[in-house]
Amino acid sequence: MSGQTKQPFAWHGALERNITLLGVFAFIAVLFGGIIEIAPLFWIDNTIEKVKGVRPYTPLEQAGRDIYIREGCYLCHSQMIRPFRDETERYGHYSLAAESMYDHPFQWGSERTGPDLARVGGKYSDAWHVQHLTAPRSVVPESIMPNYAFLAKNELKVPDIQAEIKTLSLTGVPYTKEDLAKAAADLKAQADPNADSADLIKRYPKAQARDFDGDPKKLSEMDALIAYLQVLGTMVDTESAAAQEHLAKEKGR
Amino acid sequence: MSVKKIDEPTGTETMGHEWDGIEELNTPLPTWWLWTFYACIAFAIGYCVVYPAIPGLKEGSHGTAGWTSRGDLAKEMDAAKAARAPVLAALDATPIEDLPKNADLMAKAVAGGKAAFKVNCVPCHGSAAQGSVGFPNLNDDDWLWGGTLTDIQQTLTHGIRQPGDMETRNSAMPAFGRDGILKAAEVQDVVSYVRSLSGLEPAGAAAQRGSALFAANCVACHGPEGKGNRMFGAPNLADKIWLYGGDRVAITNTVTNAHAGVMPAWNTRLDGATIKMLAAYVHSLGGGENFSQPAAPAAAEAASGGQ
Repeated sequence: MSGQTKQPFAWHGALERNITLLGVFAFIAVLFGGIIEIAPLFWIDNTIEKVKGVRPYTPLEQAGRDIYIREGCYLCHSQMIRPFRDETERYGHYSLAAESMYDHPFQWGSERTGPDLARVGGKYSDAWHVQHLTAPRSVVPESIMPNYAFLAKNELKVPDIQAEIKTLSLTGVPYTKEDLAKAAADLKAQADPNADSADLIKRYPKAQARDFDGDPKKLSEMDALIAYLQVLGTMVDTESAAAQEHLAKEKGR
Repeated sequence: MSVKKIDEPTGTETMGHEWDGIEELNTPLPTWWLWTFYACIAFAIGYCVVYPAIPGLKEGSHGTAGWTSRGDLAKEMDAAKAARAPVLAALDATPIEDLPKNADLMAKAVAGGKAAFKVNCVPCHGSAAQGSVGFPNLNDDDWLWGGTLTDIQQTLTHGIRQPGDMETRNSAMPAFGRDGILKAAEVQDVVSYVRSLSGLEPAGAAAQRGSALFAANCVACHGPEGKGNRMFGAPNLADKIWLYGGDRVAITNTVTNAHAGVMPAWNTRLDGATIKMLAAYVHSLGGGENFSQPAAPAAAEAASGGQ
């Protein structure tokens, strides 16, 4: 115990006394943890499972998504149904990783002041959404959601939808050249009941093309937001028997 | 570097450094703490073996217990389904007309309907089924399409004005003002007459003129006394319940533009037993009608007289 023996971690003293060396080694330690915890998510099958039906958002849905983000909807609404009975019975089938693969940024959220919206598409009518966004308490008396009546008044202004679609495709969203070329026309056609939307629906399967806000003459922000809400969670057929069986049997997640 | 020393009063080793005669004790960790720490490490290793934890090149480790969150959910859902199965089977086997005879099953159906109502119906009809503008209150006995168990079941199953459903409840009120069937002044006369039916305003000259217009345009669906007709979902205009509001502005809007409220056909989303449970719950809310209630046939007669 006594005497001239060197302490076992004496070299650590040198590390603690040199700020640069400490910084370098701290970085290496964090990097190591990051590689173990984060990097595998880019290749293990849990997080990159392929699911049939997921497609990029149409320009109108994407514009609605931008409004969703602009208005901070994610602060109260999550888009992530967890695999628990209480959640699946209320909101529907739990969310799959692939369902948000073209979301930039994703809207999973962590706060649920309002209900989860991951599968809100098709649950309510367009008219209900208009009334609810205009005056939430007229349909849900106990709601504390703010009024978004101005969305119906604001004309939808997207400075350059083509640039946005192009940016998204650079991040890996598989828009085709045709999608890119027709982006501006698609944006208008989806909410115009008189436009020919067959081509749009062919390129974006399951896309819903109609007047969403109850005012066919005007392309409003309400149109875009409701188009986005109505597509949420509807792309993947989670209720098919094969999908159910496959998901229940899988291992390691 | 430094030399180990023992602090004499405590018998504990010091850190070996000293400033102005002040030294730091190197008190060892308490044994219980140290062993808890080692136990945690051992537990973590065991946990990584038993549960999915370690990422690989293609997929994560599965764990020896075979646990998955999705499998857990499937088990829980199956258990819940099995627990509900006897009641649902009994409901499937019981025609809704016979449901009131079985008090126990009826009570279970009402309870199940209450839960299903919260998930599916609350957004439009309200958390207490109180409705709101355009969405009917389900607590009262004022029914647009009928309030017996079978009527409610039919409405739930096929919806109202549901596109693509051949059996959906359907009717269309003409937009009298917008389509130019009535002039703006005539619309106002009709509004006065309609309001006079329930005593919202005294029957004056305008209501007199409106009465003739009503007889010519409205009685086919709303009946000669404005008491409505459930065959067309035409509301009773002589009571004080207004789906879209009873003030002049609201009724003017209704006569001018008409309304065509939509309820989804639930047979595409819910199974037959759940629809029965919902019908039982809505029926139980206070306005449910018995099958022998004379009100429905009387209304139908009035309507056929009007036609």
